[in-house]
Amino acid sequence: MGHEPIRSLELRGITKRFPGILACDHIDLSVGEYSVRALVGENGAGKTTLMNILMGLYQPDEGHILINGKEVRFRSPNDAFDHGIGMVHQHFMLVQNMTVVENVALGMKSAHLPFRLDLASVRKKIVEVSERHELPVNPDAMVWQLSVGEQQRVELVKTLCLGARFLILDEPTSALTPQETDELIALLSKMSGELSIVFISHKLHEVKALSDTVSILRRGRIVFEGRTENHSPSELAALMTGHEVELPRVDSTGLDRSGDRGLLSIRDLRVRGDRGNLALDGVTLEIAPGEIIGLAGVSGNGQRELAEALNGLRRPESGSINLDGVELAGSSASRIIAEGMGYIPEDRNTEGIVPSFSVRENLVLKDIGQRDWSRGGFLRLGAIAANAAGLRERFDIRCPSTDTAAGSLSGGNIQKVILARELARGPKALVAVYPTRGLDMGAEEFIHKQLLARRAEGVAILLISEELEEIMNLSDRVAVIYKGKILKVVPGRDATKRSLGLLMAGVSDE
Amino acid sequence: MNGGSFVLNILILGVPFSVALLLAGLGETINQRAGVFNLGCEGIMAMGAFVAFLPPYFLAGTSLAGSANLIGLALAMVVGTVLGLLFALVVVTFRAPQGIAGIGLQMLGWGIAGTLFRHYVGGVTGVPGIAPMPIPVLSKIPVLGQVLFNHNPLVYIAFLLVPVFWYILFKTPWGLKVRAVGTYPRAADSLGIRVARVRYQALALGGAMAGLAGAYLSLAQAKMFADDLVAGRGFIAVALVYFGRWHPVGVMLGALLFSLAQALQLSIQVAGIDFPYEFAVMLPYVLVIVVLALVRKARMVGPTELGKPFDREQRV
Ligand SMILES: Nc1ncnc2c1ncn2[C@@H]1O[C@H](COP(=O)(O)OP(=O)(O)OP(=O)(O)O)[C@@H](O)[C@H]1O
Ligand SMILES: [Mg+2]
Repeated sequence: MGHEPIRSLELRGITKRFPGILACDHIDLSVGEYSVRALVGENGAGKTTLMNILMGLYQPDEGHILINGKEVRFRSPNDAFDHGIGMVHQHFMLVQNMTVVENVALGMKSAHLPFRLDLASVRKKIVEVSERHELPVNPDAMVWQLSVGEQQRVELVKTLCLGARFLILDEPTSALTPQETDELIALLSKMSGELSIVFISHKLHEVKALSDTVSILRRGRIVFEGRTENHSPSELAALMTGHEVELPRVDSTGLDRSGDRGLLSIRDLRVRGDRGNLALDGVTLEIAPGEIIGLAGVSGNGQRELAEALNGLRRPESGSINLDGVELAGSSASRIIAEGMGYIPEDRNTEGIVPSFSVRENLVLKDIGQRDWSRGGFLRLGAIAANAAGLRERFDIRCPSTDTAAGSLSGGNIQKVILARELARGPKALVAVYPTRGLDMGAEEFIHKQLLARRAEGVAILLISEELEEIMNLSDRVAVIYKGKILKVVPGRDATKRSLGLLMAGVSDE
Repeated sequence: MNGGSFVLNILILGVPFSVALLLAGLGETINQRAGVFNLGCEGIMAMGAFVAFLPPYFLAGTSLAGSANLIGLALAMVVGTVLGLLFALVVVTFRAPQGIAGIGLQMLGWGIAGTLFRHYVGGVTGVPGIAPMPIPVLSKIPVLGQVLFNHNPLVYIAFLLVPVFWYILFKTPWGLKVRAVGTYPRAADSLGIRVARVRYQALALGGAMAGLAGAYLSLAQAKMFADDLVAGRGFIAVALVYFGRWHPVGVMLGALLFSLAQALQLSIQVAGIDFPYEFAVMLPYVLVIVVLALVRKARMVGPTELGKPFDREQRV
């Protein structure tokens, strides 16, 4: 750390272009000592790009960075580290088949002795940092064995071990459970007494709770800057999206479905998890046409296995899955798709899209064999392009062109591509897993409206989420899953945060 | 010939057979751990075999004849390193598809070695080669001494390199970088590790090892050069890295298994055992395929970004 501590950091006129897109457009941003600056903005607004420039990962096309009033040039992250800047990236930067110590050691140059890797000193440092900040991590665990929340903790510990005194956190909470989020926010506000922090999030209550100042980015430009305490979350949301954001609510008053048969009915489903354990232990759910059932639960209680079993990606041990009179338990994914099941998977990049395929190809991926998109073994490129143009318009997918590789879009826009495909297919039932994770407020509102519109059309929807707000806003009925069993099903209008929270922790009143 | 000496013969033959595969395989392990597979290994081995052969051939009878073998080995490693770096230029800097580039390098090495050989040397000529160096005392142990301690020095060196490569890969900072760069280059990059530089270094080392493997063939195993001397061993070495799950010990076991099968095959022919000769020749290759197909696919061991170029500003 050959440099004096950062008392002020300033970005001036930063501009960055990618093919077909102006990701950052003359951005000015400054961060003072011991303060938290929140950076918010729609998906694809350029937040990650800007921070990658600050880390020396991307080179700006124009503009410069000033530290304590002096201009600096960062050619690689090493230059940023030298000034004590560290970043927790939106996508984990952890090597899965290495241990936690090894991952930290990778960046700790002091452990790189000429002929030996000094893991002992790295381990000591990890223990020290994790005790000081109450961030428990097991240094010897392999990263792939850790849950998402634990990996997030490792990322933070790693960044602190590397001596960061200026922390950039790019959506650190988007994969955390509500409890983990609260803990992280508490920790960060404690740490803000000795560090400077740039905090990126789509959740405005977190921004309110943590930050001193807030900057709003829209389409690569700073559109607003101010002190957080002077603005309400809904004000910020409006500034962010350019319009009032109002999350819609389901209206299930007066509906009586007791006589309806389920359109999607799941009976006594048993499914094994990756480790051979019984991840679903006799789950029974009936979803009527035009009904949204919210499945609440702390992640890891069988949600993933349920979604996979419903979509033919995991073979059930026993039980039945019936969609509109057709038995689907144990059928192949392609048969289930053909029978009209829609799926918004949890992991967008590996399950939802083929990242190297273009947006328009991804939009027809599930029905590529059908007459609409191919004839006699040839693709109907015109129809495919027209379809993409229409969906891009309807779902507000922000991309340079529908010919762009889907993997190069921002996270929220990838989610919109999946949603557009699944909804445009006109499914009978839809399984939506964390459909708004990582999305901005505007996109969240949009997706909620879409789900309600499908409900009105008679689609049976299973909504899996950890956001109680989302579940309570959208569900006709809420089912709580705990350790692979449905603990209770309550009408949506009777559900409260408190009652659901207790159930999610496994406390049922019987 | 009785059964006991038949087996003993196979062992005595098989161990030195495995050395060329082992040397090239260890180098290729480093390549692949860094995320690059070098199918050009075969071509580098041909060049290594050729240049190593030159000093003993041309210096015979001069005052330098005594150190000709050493000069040959050094030359082979230098040429191997240069070819490794050339490959790095093509696949790391220019991001050419690795499979095609590797096949190109294979044909280049093979072609140059063959052409130069015909032009400057001509017909088949032997060299004295590297003499055996029995280890005092140990080589006198019955059976074991003959199998393990009665070979030329390169055999011992190759097997001693197994723990050395293990140490490099798992206990040194460079090894850590190599593994990170082959599995998740973006993460390594985010920590300030220069992905391209590490891949260049890995390919240079891999090239040197392939060159040495070639030199072993011409100086220690065949004691001559011919343009089909390498005969697919470079490709087998690449396959053995998968077989050995990217671990030096696994690669060693694979090299031994293949070579013992090879020795068995030869012994069957030499002993005149009534067994169709075509099948005998196929045996080692079939064995490798069968074992490759049968070993359990353990997730999370190998370099997951194998074969993919890295570009910091490219998202996909
Ligand atoms: N490496 C890249 N190659 C091409 N385009 C890119 C690249 N990185 C970002 N972009 C584009 O630049 C724009 C800004 O992306 P960025 O990731 O910075 O958005 P973001 O504000 O972080 O969004 P999100 O909230 O979804 O994470 C997007 O339109 C994206 O598609
Ligand atoms: Mg981002």
